Amino acid sequence: MRLYAAAVYLFLYGPIALIVLFSFNAGRHAASFECCATSWYSLTFNNTFLIEALLNSLLIAGTTAVLATIMGTMASLALQRVKGVLRLVFDALTYIAIIIPGIVIGIATLVALVTVFDILNPLIAKLWPSDGNAMALGLGYGSVIAAHTLFTMALVIIIVRARIQGMDRSLIEASADLYATPWATFRQVTFPQIFPAVMSGFLLSFTFSFDDFIIAFFVAGPKTTLPIYVFASIRRGITPETNVIATTVLAVSLTLLITAQFLLRSRAPKAGGKG
Amino acid sequence: MLLLPTTLWFLLLLVMPLVVIAVYSLGERAPAGGYQPALTLAQYANLLARLKAFTNTLTLAPLGTVICIVIAYPFAYYLAVKAGRGAKPFLLTLVIIPFWTSFLIRTYAWIYILGGQGIPRLLEMIGIEDYRLIYTPTAVLIGIVYGYLPLMVLPIYVSLEKLDKSLLEVSSDLGANPVRTFFQVTLPLSAPGLVTGSLLVFILLMGEYLIPALLGGGKVYFVGNALVDLFLQSRNWPFGSAVAITLVGIMLAAITLYLTLVGRDRGRQDVSVL
Repeated sequence: MRLYAAAVYLFLYGPIALIVLFSFNAGRHAASFECCATSWYSLTFNNTFLIEALLNSLLIAGTTAVLATIMGTMASLALQRVKGVLRLVFDALTYIAIIIPGIVIGIATLVALVTVFDILNPLIAKLWPSDGNAMALGLGYGSVIAAHTLFTMALVIIIVRARIQGMDRSLIEASADLYATPWATFRQVTFPQIFPAVMSGFLLSFTFSFDDFIIAFFVAGPKTTLPIYVFASIRRGITPETNVIATTVLAVSLTLLITAQFLLRSRAPKAGGKG
Repeated sequence: MLLLPTTLWFLLLLVMPLVVIAVYSLGERAPAGGYQPALTLAQYANLLARLKAFTNTLTLAPLGTVICIVIAYPFAYYLAVKAGRGAKPFLLTLVIIPFWTSFLIRTYAWIYILGGQGIPRLLEMIGIEDYRLIYTPTAVLIGIVYGYLPLMVLPIYVSLEKLDKSLLEVSSDLGANPVRTFFQVTLPLSAPGLVTGSLLVFILLMGEYLIPALLGGGKVYFVGNALVDLFLQSRNWPFGSAVAITLVGIMLAAITLYLTLVGRDRGRQDVSVL
């Protein structure tokens, strides 16, 4: 049993270790290995296209996570009091948003946005005549963030609502009985209790958006995100540079993960105590 | 009031796009690519042209899910029941880390391992020549299992962890042998985790694009790859829309069938990934 578990860990980490090892390749080809140099690192970090893609990804993931967390939490709180048909429709839409494959979301969003832009852009041009194309709507940051937010918001709703259902309702009633305003009740009673769920919703949203290739591939238009850049460079042929990017991305996500775990561990008991 | 942004988002970015591709799937391809209004089922009649993509997806996605279950179950059992208390959080974190790291890069690693300089090279050393691994269904399956194993382990682990260990003792006290205890106590009680895990993995696999694109090399392709080709290469939007709608239809039918078979109430369980 122990041996089996060890084998599974080897299976999970072997390939990752290989990539990290190859990123320190001193040779010029990706396929053979000569120990050891960091020369590919300095070369990679001077690549402006890569830096731009990384910044784009961080911007998109950050905005997506903030939007999805705020809107998803708002919706979860509101849904407590919604019943009947509206509730059913909302639940159905939430699950549909999660079940529909990313690739279909990507395609459908692309086709719908292009269609809408084709209708709106001539109108905009008529209403605000300008010299250039400055006013035209197009694909870019906005469309990626919008599409990512759809899926991640649905995730946040599911996570936060599970937490709300496990919450002690009498605390909220007690707070109201003690003349707290609804906002004060939210800030002092509800929010500390749902905080861990909100936080993990935020982290999941960020990671999903940062890692997503397929939706961005369709709706990013002229913009390049990190996964799109990596995919393109794999397609061009495997170079040591790809390994450096891979190792860097691994290091970044590992740092984020550890920081997040640390934050959650140290804050959760405090929040619980307050509630 | 609080629901307003979410409602807007659902309407504009979920309902409207789905309606648009549903409408497009009944249309015709414009001569230069794109869409031209029509009301025809011709696109759906033409689905057989992409039959291979559908059969590949519908065999490799369930197969991959089953292999994930077979590998994940004993592993999750070890983590939940056998592993020492002190080591548990660390061992669990080790499962979660790959889940949070780039899927693209983890798949990319296998191009190395399965490619000409990887396993085939090692096999050559022991005398097996010309064994090709990359761009085969096996390569795609390996990529699938590698990519989705953590996602299968976590829900199974959660349900095994919740399981009351004294039940296992009771079962053995009542004279059941370990095999019988497993099939009559452990397995039924961990069913919710199994159902959640297999649904998660199956749903994601049905729309998979990256694994076949990188490890199938155009020879083993999924519906996802056909869709990318139809929308970005041949710009046949109506046919692509019909393929997408059919994919979603098959998925919904498969999920419904599966949930009816295993009993609806078992599918409901929270999956904590952090």
